[in-house]
Amino acid sequence: MSAPAIRIEHATRSSRAGLVLFAVVFVVLVAAPWWGGRQHLRLLAEIYAFVALASLWNLLAGYAGLVSVGQQAYVGLGAYLLFALAMLVGVPALWTIPIIGIVAALVSIPVAALIFRLRGHYFAIGTWVVAEVFRLLASQVSVLGGGSGISLPVGIVLAIAQGRQMREFVIYWLALALLVAILALVVWLLRSRYGLALTAIRDNELAARSNGIDVGRVKLVVYVLTAAGTAMVGALIFLQKLRISPDTAFSVTDWTAIVIFITVIGGIGRLEGPIIGAIVFFVLRELLADYGTVYLLTLGVVAIAVMLKAPQGIWGLIAGRFGWQLFPLERRVVYLGGEQPAKCA
Amino acid sequence: MAPILTLERISKRFGAVVVATDIDLALGDGEALGIIGPNGAGKTTLFGIITGTVAPDAGRVAFDGTDITRLTPERRCRLGIARSFQIPQPFTGMTVFENLVVAAAFGDGRGERDVYADCAGLLQRCGLADKANRVAGSLTLLDRKRLELARALATRPKLLLLDEVAGGLVEHECAELVALIKDVRATGVSIIWIEHVVHALLASVDRLVVLHGGGFIAAGDPHIVIRSPQVREIYMGIAAAEP
Repeated sequence: MSAPAIRIEHATRSSRAGLVLFAVVFVVLVAAPWWGGRQHLRLLAEIYAFVALASLWNLLAGYAGLVSVGQQAYVGLGAYLLFALAMLVGVPALWTIPIIGIVAALVSIPVAALIFRLRGHYFAIGTWVVAEVFRLLASQVSVLGGGSGISLPVGIVLAIAQGRQMREFVIYWLALALLVAILALVVWLLRSRYGLALTAIRDNELAARSNGIDVGRVKLVVYVLTAAGTAMVGALIFLQKLRISPDTAFSVTDWTAIVIFITVIGGIGRLEGPIIGAIVFFVLRELLADYGTVYLLTLGVVAIAVMLKAPQGIWGLIAGRFGWQLFPLERRVVYLGGEQPAKCA
Repeated sequence: MAPILTLERISKRFGAVVVATDIDLALGDGEALGIIGPNGAGKTTLFGIITGTVAPDAGRVAFDGTDITRLTPERRCRLGIARSFQIPQPFTGMTVFENLVVAAAFGDGRGERDVYADCAGLLQRCGLADKANRVAGSLTLLDRKRLELARALATRPKLLLLDEVAGGLVEHECAELVALIKDVRATGVSIIWIEHVVHALLASVDRLVVLHGGGFIAAGDPHIVIRSPQVREIYMGIAAAEP
């Protein structure tokens, strides 16, 4: 077989535009403390947390096919580890976050050994059961308030930074940095050899196996990485809330239902999906927050409409029509030289 | 010829349906074997047993001198067994080129960059070069079948299992396919080919077996096997009692 002269291109025009767009948006967001009020910073940090959670869930469910409805297990684990490390061990609040990532990764390995025996629906239910077990365990820890919860002592909060304003800025920047780190991790993962395997698994697990991909190992790596990321985000969320209880930390509605909503309407199995989905969700929430049940009804209608009319999500619809991608993931081959390719078969 | 693949007393049943009873098969290194048989005879199941997607109820599979009966499909692929599926199984959201990159990088254990040129060349040989950057999900059935073959070849197999790759091809395309398979054989690859397009098989294989009722009812030289009265009756529905 004579190898032809070729060139491989990764970036398309839309992905180059996407990178410029991201750079501009990033600079604007870093500067948010100078143009936004406290309410804006709080809202933005909340959006970052949800984009991060949804991106991780998207990697797990959209690419690796692990449809977990129990990721609140790791949000809650991260939150409780923050309180435990800060209150009981005396680790400075910000320093707990990398430790939490490592601990959550270690915890997720035996959990994976257990729930990876289950397939499909059974796996989904299994993840929920694990989350409930975590919640019940947390409610047994009386030094952290047991079932009724506890507040983070003032001293720990004051030690984060001098002055209330600076503390808010630091936490805001941390939330942004964590989101950027998680997005960068996901992009790097998808561009690596693992990404090739993950995308193949997303599209066709049988064919992936038959082409030499160790599907079990790839899934385990993704599960452990998402557990670590989810726990770090969880810790940051509760560093802002300053109060923890088993029911809020392990809330299936907040940390799984909304996250799935965001991913599915944005476009599951696509990197851009969670970002688009989070924007839609927060726009709806801010517009309809005062209307009570109408807000939830609208979310339901939007979810049903997207699932029926655009099962690939909003970004899937756009990308399918215009061939856009914001992140350069594709490998395009360009044949150099004018000779006609020899045709066989 | 030392056998590259041996099946020993392979049995498989799905409930009451018996698809294999004590099947023995030895495929020589470099040999090309054709399998024909009526629909539902268990031809594709046999490929599943060889590639590891179907577990046999009893029996042993050996490849290249080692027992692979308990190995996963991915391990068997990396050892050098590649399969093109009867119902094409493309990675629908990836481009045609990326489909091949996956197979070459993982099926053959090579670095991603090292396989680019080979994959591009393979696409040319299989008539898919002009569709290299198309998403595989947008291909026609015929092109999906071409992609199945190209992707199987991208793993650089020692044993290639082809499941009805000629169906639906017009005559000159079929001739090109036969030529391509001859090229592949010339590089020392062993082949098992399930096919209903008998003339393509007769032009390509050394040996033909007929699978029916869970076992081989005929085996041997392709031209002799295809003329045997028993095969004509079972496979083609022609009465054997003709004088």
